[in-house]
Amino acid sequence: MSIVTLQIGQCGNQIGGELFSTILEDAFGKASTVSKADNEAYIDEVLERFFHRPDSGKRNEVIPRARAVMVDMEPKAIAQSMLDAKKSGRWVYPKGQQFCQKRGSGNNWAHGYCKHGPQAQEAVMDMVQREAEKCDRMSGFLVFMSLAGGTGSGVGAYITECLRDHFPHSFITNQVVAPYNTGEVIVQNYNALLTLSHLYQSSDALLILENDQVHKICMQLLGIKNISFRDINKVIAHKLASVLQPVKPIGSNFPSYMHSNHISDMLTSIVPHPEYKLLTMKNIPQMSERSIAYSTFTWSGLLKHLRQMLIANAAMEEGIDWQVKVKSSTSHSSAIQHNKSIANLLLLRGKDVNTANVDGFQESCLYAPWVPSDAVCSVWATPRPFNLYEKSATLLSNSQSPIAALNTVVGKAWNMFASRAYVHQYIRYGLAEEDFVDSFAGLEQVIKSYSEL
Amino acid sequence: MTQSIVVQVGQCGNQIGCRFWDLALREHASRNKHGVFDEPLSSFFRNVDTRYDDPANIPIGIGKNKIKTLKARAVLIDMEEGVVNDLLKGPLGDVFDCRQLITDVSGSGNNWAVGHMMYGQQYREEITESIRRAAEQCDCLQCFFVLHSMGGGTGSGVGTSVLSLLSDEFPDVYRFVTAVYPSAEDDVITSPYNSVLAMHQLTQHADCVLPVENQALYDICHKISQALPPEKTGKRMVGGHSRVKADSAVTASAGGLVKKSDEKPFDKMNNIVANLLLNMTSSARFEGSLNVDLNEITMNLVPFPQLHYLVSSLTPLYALSDINLPPRRLDQMFSDAFSKDHQLIKADPKHSLYLACALMLRGNVEISDVRRNIERLKSSLKFIHWNQEGWKTGLCSVPPVGQPYSLLTLANNTCIRHTFSDLKDRFVKLYKRKAHVHHYTHVDGMEMSQFSESLESLTTLMKEYEGLETNMGRIVDDVHRLQIAS
Ligand SMILES: Nc1nc2c(ncn2[C@@H]2O[C@H](COP(=O)(O)OP(=O)(O)OP(=O)(O)O)[C@@H](O)[C@H]2O)c(=O)[nH]1
Ligand SMILES: Nc1nc2c(ncn2[C@@H]2O[C@H](COP(=O)(O)OP(=O)(O)OP(=O)(O)O)[C@@H](O)[C@H]2O)c(=O)[nH]1
Ligand SMILES: [Mg+2]
Ligand SMILES: [Mg+2]
Repeated sequence: MSIVTLQIGQCGNQIGGELFSTILEDAFGKASTVSKADNEAYIDEVLERFFHRPDSGKRNEVIPRARAVMVDMEPKAIAQSMLDAKKSGRWVYPKGQQFCQKRGSGNNWAHGYCKHGPQAQEAVMDMVQREAEKCDRMSGFLVFMSLAGGTGSGVGAYITECLRDHFPHSFITNQVVAPYNTGEVIVQNYNALLTLSHLYQSSDALLILENDQVHKICMQLLGIKNISFRDINKVIAHKLASVLQPVKPIGSNFPSYMHSNHISDMLTSIVPHPEYKLLTMKNIPQMSERSIAYSTFTWSGLLKHLRQMLIANAAMEEGIDWQVKVKSSTSHSSAIQHNKSIANLLLLRGKDVNTANVDGFQESCLYAPWVPSDAVCSVWATPRPFNLYEKSATLLSNSQSPIAALNTVVGKAWNMFASRAYVHQYIRYGLAEEDFVDSFAGLEQVIKSYSEL
Repeated sequence: MTQSIVVQVGQCGNQIGCRFWDLALREHASRNKHGVFDEPLSSFFRNVDTRYDDPANIPIGIGKNKIKTLKARAVLIDMEEGVVNDLLKGPLGDVFDCRQLITDVSGSGNNWAVGHMMYGQQYREEITESIRRAAEQCDCLQCFFVLHSMGGGTGSGVGTSVLSLLSDEFPDVYRFVTAVYPSAEDDVITSPYNSVLAMHQLTQHADCVLPVENQALYDICHKISQALPPEKTGKRMVGGHSRVKADSAVTASAGGLVKKSDEKPFDKMNNIVANLLLNMTSSARFEGSLNVDLNEITMNLVPFPQLHYLVSSLTPLYALSDINLPPRRLDQMFSDAFSKDHQLIKADPKHSLYLACALMLRGNVEISDVRRNIERLKSSLKFIHWNQEGWKTGLCSVPPVGQPYSLLTLANNTCIRHTFSDLKDRFVKLYKRKAHVHHYTHVDGMEMSQFSESLESLTTLMKEYEGLETNMGRIVDDVHRLQIAS
């Protein structure tokens, strides 16, 4: 099963590139705990999933081509990403699958959505079609984009709608990067508002990563002093790969790693209702490469932390609030509300994975009462270590976790909108004030739904 | 990649333009060691084969063609010949296409009406023709940069007439104006008239104006000359001064085509303005991890259409020669950028209200440096209540010549209204006595009402800034959000 990715805008292109590199680093990295045959199967699966090998050549002879369509309205970011990939010597982007124009969307969602999107539609959809045809079996689309700029957000939202029209049955996931709180783009809250409200209509799942949180991980867990976007993207790529690399559901008795429709299966299980499609990731452990060699972990320790990260809504293992406790829905104590989930997906990778006890994630009081208790948490695993970590666990959750950030975005955008500041810039490209109001209403509804879990 | 065209008008506009082209060539030469015509170069230059009678453009192709002759994407306008002729005779003469010059002989005599009404009309066709030709040589024209002074007659008058021409003929191309405002002691008596009449046009027709004040430029030059080692280096220097790299100053032209001995009085000041333009466009020309295209500048910094006047500052003013860069020094660059004496107009943004602020970084600076400094400086700056996080950031990986890194800030700040009110006072002083007014009204097409309308437009603009400023420091409650019915 293969995934076709679209990387849109500068952020989308930079993250997409980092992901492909990480995926291959992991695939060709050390994997001493699994048999040679199993490891080969894993590598084959990875390549099939994310890369195209023309003429079905041998793995070592043909350099794999990422199953990616690159889109930006200015040429620099794409040119740089292609160069970086080529320099890696491990993989390249496919030829002719890049769409770029000469000028960016200028951080203006309306410029991206109303103007550049329609202009790009035909060419981009041709490229997508071509990429899809290269897959023997395609399990869905993964779109990388930021929320704050104009291209990733505006063109990204538009192209996602086109994907939905052309591929009504494919699973579409949008990986969106939420801007730093103190932004780099002043109109970022408007752009994020418009993007999210539109994606909510067309996408199947919105996987949210917040730059502020990842920045903190780089600083506190990895000890990086001068943090660059590359550092941030490495962390993001690690998280994504920890979900996207091959695993199989626990309890299944498939002999190899080959597992049917894994990614859409996984995601479908975690988005049981179309009103709830905001996903976040938490993973453990995460540390500098230097420290990995000196650290040993137990599954019980990792999972205990991960569970607390879930209920206390902590983005990383450091500074978790251990005071937050799960209370049953009947008790009315004044304890701090824990982060409630719709569904979770637990991915475990590494040695002795069959000994891990995952009961802590199955408790029904973690979840909204109406979710059937056999659907709340699925666990997928592989004994193969992941990206240098002997043991690691990732939780992909559909929970209240991103709601605070979403609420801030909507609040700030609304404050700005009350003064009508910057609105003329959007009107210039064909948006109307009512479009803003619709988007506000849409997201207020999302916030309300999640808050009332 | 997109292209921009520079339209330089009047003495001041052409002299600044001259410095801009010299430093732009220097910047690209230091980046582009193999002499190929690459994408960054193409944003301000054409590559032409002059062996033909009608010199042919050599297309950019895949960015591997050799440079033949570089021609500036420029239109030069002055209503006297002196300045432009000097330019052509100088070492930069070849950079300009002789068909892109429009001159007359007598100048506008420091009279906006002569420039705007008379010459503006008379040369409209010819100017349109030149600009169109320059535009046709671009494959994606994004921006016009109009350079002129506010105090004289040609720059302020013809310059603003060009601006309205551009908005008619090229409505989708951004119009950035770099305007030199006269200081209080300006030697042109009518400069307040010219400036206020011109401002009326800038408010209506520009997308973005970068006001620059001669007094501020002068003070920065002075500050730098104090820090630089003395020119004659016979004696050994003691103390900290010797550590300043002379050629790194934002006023320096070393490495350019124009020799030091030919330096003209305004050149040092004009180099500052040239660097403002280079740093503002660097992120659109060169690579970086957070690009800022020119259209992002207006998008992020102009919340209301007419409030498009941006206060700028450049730091550091010079580099120090030791190569170890403690973070402290980088942080100093950020602090300086907000201090009064680094602004390119005499104004104090720190004590007024920010509507929005852009940090355009070049060179060896990472996003974490930016974050640290925003956190550090935030509490000392006041932002309007609906834009508490009104920061725009750009990271361009190519540093300016001679410096390891640099910061350009562009701020939409209410302090600009003091510059405007000074100007208004000077205008009113003259206008009360109707001094020199007849020199204007006897120009065909010039009405008395131009004076009153322009004054009113300026007053309205000041009021808008003032109105926003009354919110300063007030805690404004969040506006009631939309309620979703259950
Ligand atoms: N994590 C991460 N965030 C990025 C990266 N590049 C940009 N961003 C974020 O993305 C937002 C800016 O959007 P961009 O992706 O640069 O914009 P764009 O989609 O190219 O759109 P325009 O440039 O406006 O046409 C900001 O919030 C940045 O913090 C990156 O490489 N990694
Ligand atoms: N910064 C700077 N200011 C200049 C320069 N030349 C003139 N000025 C200022 O510009 C104003 C005078 O305008 P000019 O540009 O000389 O006039 P002009 O546009 O040529 O118009 P006329 O001479 O009236 O036809 C005064 O405020 C001068 O101080 C220069 O090269 N640099
Ligand atoms: Mg971009
Ligand atoms: Mg003159």
